[in-house]
Amino acid sequence: MGKLNTKPNIAAPDDFYADLIAAHDGKSDAESEAFNARLILVLANHIGDRDILQEALNVAR
Amino acid sequence: MIQDRYALAFKLYPYRKSPDQDAGSPARHPVVVVGCGPIGLATALDLGRQGIPVVLLDDHEGIGMGSRAICFSKRTLDIADRYGCGAPMLDKGVIWNVGKVFQDDRQVFEFNLLPENGHANPAFINLQQPYFEKFIFEQICQEQANGAPIEIRGKNRVDAIETFDDHTVLDITTPDGPYQLKADWVIACDGAGSPLRGMMGLAFDGRVFQDSFLIADIKMVSDSFPTERWFWFEPYFKSGASTLLHKQPDDVWRVDFQIGWDVDRTEELKEENIRRRLDAMLGNDVEYEMVWSSIYTFQCRRMQKFRHNRVIFAGDSAHQVSPFGARGANSGMQDVDNLGWKLGLVINGLAPDSLLDSYDDERIHGADENILNSTRATDFITPKSKASHTFRNAVLTLAEKHAFARPLVNSGRLSVPCVYDTSPLNGPDTLPGGPSQTRAGSACTDAPLGRDYLLRQLGDQFVLLAINTNAPGGLEVDNIKIRTVALSTADDPGGALAERYLGTADSAVYLIRPDQHVAARWPSYDAASLRTALRKACGKD
Ligand SMILES: Cc1cc2nc3c(=O)[nH]c(=O)nc-3n(C[C@H](O)[C@H](O)[C@H](O)COP(=O)(O)OP(=O)(O)OC[C@H]3O[C@@H](n4cnc5c(N)ncnc54)[C@H](O)[C@@H]3O)c2cc1C
Repeated sequence: MGKLNTKPNIAAPDDFYADLIAAHDGKSDAESEAFNARLILVLANHIGDRDILQEALNVAR
Repeated sequence: MIQDRYALAFKLYPYRKSPDQDAGSPARHPVVVVGCGPIGLATALDLGRQGIPVVLLDDHEGIGMGSRAICFSKRTLDIADRYGCGAPMLDKGVIWNVGKVFQDDRQVFEFNLLPENGHANPAFINLQQPYFEKFIFEQICQEQANGAPIEIRGKNRVDAIETFDDHTVLDITTPDGPYQLKADWVIACDGAGSPLRGMMGLAFDGRVFQDSFLIADIKMVSDSFPTERWFWFEPYFKSGASTLLHKQPDDVWRVDFQIGWDVDRTEELKEENIRRRLDAMLGNDVEYEMVWSSIYTFQCRRMQKFRHNRVIFAGDSAHQVSPFGARGANSGMQDVDNLGWKLGLVINGLAPDSLLDSYDDERIHGADENILNSTRATDFITPKSKASHTFRNAVLTLAEKHAFARPLVNSGRLSVPCVYDTSPLNGPDTLPGGPSQTRAGSACTDAPLGRDYLLRQLGDQFVLLAINTNAPGGLEVDNIKIRTVALSTADDPGGALAERYLGTADSAVYLIRPDQHVAARWPSYDAASLRTALRKACGKD
């Protein structure tokens, strides 16, 4: 593996996870799916680096 | 008549008629504790050890049987050590450090709770709650033999309460009929269903989790399962949506199956049906005996305030959590630890009654932390929406290979001591380079001192801990004694004391409360600063 950070990197991970799940509160399944898609695109843009994005695609496979 | 609501594991305090029952007018006592669960027993022990007369009432004659708490934390053992009953708990308990998390038939990851070295007590022991309570009870008997004014009255059920500005009147039912008691202070340790809370019309709001858990305690001799906490998400053996396996003393194992919300309890509790789940999990050829089984649903909630003038709630009556994280009895013990010395000072006229408001500040903070953690664990274990379920399983899948996902796996965040960061009792924290671990508000961390341990030297009075600097002995502020414990690098061969209490400082002076929380710290001793900090720690300024 190259540049993708797969070590723990989020401070207070439980807080983050709770926020992530709470963001889906009250959404239908379809709305949740659409939300996730938007979220991935936002995060991918922040990362920018195509090599890292490719690595991430592999990890998630 | 008083009917037992549950069977007893140990009959310890059979009903005996008290002279109070024949008194012309209600006898008045300084403290009446209602409920002889672990929290009521520990409260009576704490106060009795201070020489404060306590009457303890329970509607049964001993300790209830059945599977409730099994995991007791280091902080609880440290408190029990202070009360003199830590050793038998540690002796009987099963020490464990390793937890494994599985999904389906794959191990997702493994954790080790072993904290830093050099603590007298382990991170956790497993011990059946009836034993835990019995050891506290036995210590009460020992203290009674030494003259501690503790009296336990079995089959004394509190049926009504009337509160006044400076006392409370309790209506009590016994096998010999009713009588009344007056109490300066009532400590309500009457459990999650708290009748006292109901009688006072106080709310107990929070969340109910829509899932049931089938708990089976089984006796088996097995080499296939180590002394580890094993937790399965969606196990391959399909005995529950999640399953927990954990060892207790006497070759007893706790098995906990998540079985869904809409279940037929009577059906599920039939032995053949429980065995069907167990056999699928353990394999058909494993022999075991059923010790106990029950079905639980879980809630996370608390009272808005724990102190209601002269009636103070502690333990499950004040707050309730789901058991993932072992934060029930372990947090109740921290309530007792917090309340005991404060009430002692107030009753002895050494601190204003407002000191007790800090019990609310500190323990509500503790309860909120526990509720937050156990709510999150329960949400992870029993996801309530499709999105939440999808994320949960994504985390589990990634965790097997990728370290980053492991901190997100939540099968329970185990109880750790509460830090009272914003407590009104905290004094100055002015030790440049001092470790964050021992900042004002935190519970003292243990450290080895040659053949002894630090916490054992702190005891249960105010302590001035001086490290590598001089401080006078025999201190007293407003008639409150402060014991000086002076240590130096020579007492600290392994360097743990320096690491945990000095950091990069050369010397330090700590003011430590009777519950072994840090009240204030400085680089060196100064009489005026100590006086101010002690007064603040007693709710005076
Ligand atoms: C399945 C399960 C697993 C758990 N696991 C853990 C764990 O691993 N670790 C942990 O720390 N906690 C755990 N807990 C929580 C723990 O059991 C409780 O937090 C603990 O029992 C609370 O103690 P208590 O003294 O406040 O209340 P209780 O133990 O409920 O005691 C209340 C007492 O008051 C008495 N009483 C009630 N009404 C009256 C009345 N009117 N008059 C007189 N007496 C009365 C009752 O008979 C009882 O003796 C678990 C709980 C469950 C259900």
